[in-house]
Amino acid sequence: MLRLQNLTKTYRTGDRALNGVSLTVEPGQVVGLIGPSGAGKSTLIRCINRLVEPSSGQVTLGDTALTGLGHGSLRRARRRIGMIFQEYALVERLTVMENVLSGRLGYVGFWRSFFRKFPPDAVSKAYALLDRVGLSDHVDKRADALSGGQRQRVGIARALAQDPDLLLVDEPTASLDPKTSRQIMRLIVEICDERGLPAIINIHDVALAQSFVRRIIGLKSGEVVFDGAPNELTDAVLTRIYGEEDWSATIRPVDEESDDQVDDPDAEAEHHGPAEVLDRERMAGLS
Amino acid sequence: MVDASRTFPESWRKRTTRTELLIWAGWLALVALFVFCWQVMTQDTIWMFVADAPSQAADIGSRMVPPRWAYLPDLMAPLWDTINIATLGTLLAVIMAVPVAFLAARNTTPSVRFVRPVAMLVIVASRSINALIWALLLVAIIGPGVPAGIVAIALRSIGFVAKLLYEAIEEIDAQQVEAVTATGASTAQVIDYAIVPQILPAFAGICVFRWDINIRESAVLGLVGAGGLGLKLQDSLNILAWPQVTVIFVLILLTVLVSEWVSARVRHAII
Repeated sequence: MLRLQNLTKTYRTGDRALNGVSLTVEPGQVVGLIGPSGAGKSTLIRCINRLVEPSSGQVTLGDTALTGLGHGSLRRARRRIGMIFQEYALVERLTVMENVLSGRLGYVGFWRSFFRKFPPDAVSKAYALLDRVGLSDHVDKRADALSGGQRQRVGIARALAQDPDLLLVDEPTASLDPKTSRQIMRLIVEICDERGLPAIINIHDVALAQSFVRRIIGLKSGEVVFDGAPNELTDAVLTRIYGEEDWSATIRPVDEESDDQVDDPDAEAEHHGPAEVLDRERMAGLS
Repeated sequence: MVDASRTFPESWRKRTTRTELLIWAGWLALVALFVFCWQVMTQDTIWMFVADAPSQAADIGSRMVPPRWAYLPDLMAPLWDTINIATLGTLLAVIMAVPVAFLAARNTTPSVRFVRPVAMLVIVASRSINALIWALLLVAIIGPGVPAGIVAIALRSIGFVAKLLYEAIEEIDAQQVEAVTATGASTAQVIDYAIVPQILPAFAGICVFRWDINIRESAVLGLVGAGGLGLKLQDSLNILAWPQVTVIFVLILLTVLVSEWVSARVRHAII
């Protein structure tokens, strides 16, 4: 369980990115974090693994208070938190395998990692993950030889290689086309479901968030202004989060589902239809 | 939508009259400075010598041909020295420059306020002194010969390599570093996995480029006694053996051509 208490971040420029944010993410819960640019979404998830140092407040993952950890124990805590990035943030000149194995860096010593001699179980797990995200044929390709969707799959495999207890996902689809975006979102949500892995997903596409997560948090100027189920996102709520606008085209009618990707060769994650996944999601939310 | 009843100005100027005048004044001042400098420069010139220059040049030129090709075998050992000075000097410089570069780059230095200025000082000191001057000092300290040349080349190159390398480090994509840090990697692992792959092409390019420059520089270091081809050049100039000087010039030219070709090939292969 992840708990944020009164989390505040004021940058040196004086910008207050987070203003007393408190929230709890239950085990296995996938949360979509929406809000306008500059609302503090990126800052919020970076304060959790302390890539950004919070100014005040507390972050607790399980029994560990992440805020206040020293250098060494912070490193060990970061191993439990996988992160997926907007621009994939793969090391472009390393191979797919090296990128996935870099998720294990926190578990191996410097020289082992320097000579790329990872333990056998880490290597077989990396192969299994690449198989899961559908990249078995690209193991030894350099990351910069892949397409956007493939790179994000490597990013997902890297995060999972950490054996995380929590997934932080920063705008995973912002650099992808609509179809790939849906595939990637579906993959992330499915994997979280398989592993009972809680996740916070920053996302600016409201419709995409609505169709894939079962809890949405709206952030505005560093404060939580909405926290509820996707179908509670009404015009009034969106206006509260983003400001005045005609929202009729943005909100997704809850039951409309497209039947795309059936003929997609690399849609390895899509053997069951999206609607089925969603139903399972909703059931899980109820139970 | 354009409103037909509104009129818009038809003239537009990038600068105001005032800035335009200032720019002209600046050019005028530059020309005046040039004329003044020309006068200072030429007041000590003995024009008779200048008028004489073409015939002097022709005279030396005629003495330089035909080149004394028989001198070539004597130059092989100094040529080997020159190449060694350049290569070992570059190697030594790179070994010392890499840590300096990491200490100087804003995104990797342990302290911007204390460590970075020291690293910058090393870079500036190294760059501000020509290899020939370093060699002059080192011949006095270490004594004449190849070692003085190697150290001179190394000292001169540290600044060059470190400066270009720290600029490359500062230009890396911070997201990749962030991503590797987020996995719980140690600082050494972050450097190995996130920073080194990004700067490797630049690093290789910088090394070969500097080696290429050092081949030229080491060819003249012998003039002050630091070994290599320059030593032979000095000898030949002292005894006015112009045909030998020609052979040395041709050899230097060929060596530089080859080194340029090698470095171009290596850089091409990496990038």
